[in-house]
Amino acid sequence: MSALTFHYDVDGQDFSSAGEASVAVKKKLRQMGFPPDVIRRCSIAMYEGEINMVIHANGGTADVQVEPDKITIILEDHGPGIPDVELAMKEGYSTSTEEIRTMGFGAGMGLPNMKRYTESLEIETEVGVGTKLTMVVKV
Amino acid sequence: MKIREIAQLLDAQVLCCEEELDTEVSDAFCCDMMSDVLAFATNQSVLITGLLNPQVVRTAMMLDMHCIVFVCGKLPTPEIVSLASANDIVTMVTEHHTFSAAGRLYETGLLHGE
Repeated sequence: MSALTFHYDVDGQDFSSAGEASVAVKKKLRQMGFPPDVIRRCSIAMYEGEINMVIHANGGTADVQVEPDKITIILEDHGPGIPDVELAMKEGYSTSTEEIRTMGFGAGMGLPNMKRYTESLEIETEVGVGTKLTMVVKV
Repeated sequence: MKIREIAQLLDAQVLCCEEELDTEVSDAFCCDMMSDVLAFATNQSVLITGLLNPQVVRTAMMLDMHCIVFVCGKLPTPEIVSLASANDIVTMVTEHHTFSAAGRLYETGLLHGE
């Protein structure tokens, strides 16, 4: 059976609308009858990624592939890239501005959370070119 | 505990989803950093916060929460309330500060999650 795919453009200009793609995916997964735990993990991981794209990369794209046994979330941006992935994976490490922190994000939990809630997180990144995250949640 | 009792204990003004006030909740999480809520909340269904923006509602949605309590009398914008309303999340505002709001609820049996 081929995967169902969904594509979203994530607007990098508007912080207040960040997360809309994740909300849409959550609703679709719910309609498709996936277990609540799977839906929750997908939603949180994708939401963190979406927020990151808005905060750091001026938006990007989100592609979600839904198969009966796994959900793959691919987030791609043309932002600044991540110079030190190992450092970025450390809980509490953040390059966010004070302004972002006053909006409730930038605690340095984004990437660690994505790893925590998914079975695999692959990071392809190049400084000055962009970042592609591929996350898989097994059903 | 019913959400209705939370509103009473906190002398809170309910802003939307009054029809959901009889929903039972047992655990709450209290934080202004949504990053931390996403990282550390487990099965809590009430979010107590002093942060005002639409991401508070989206964070609550991602975690399947049923109720948001805004503290310190901070009134959310109509945009925030309508987002919560569209997603059946009871939203209320209390004059209590975070510590006092959490303390009152804890004292009467609301827990902190697993």
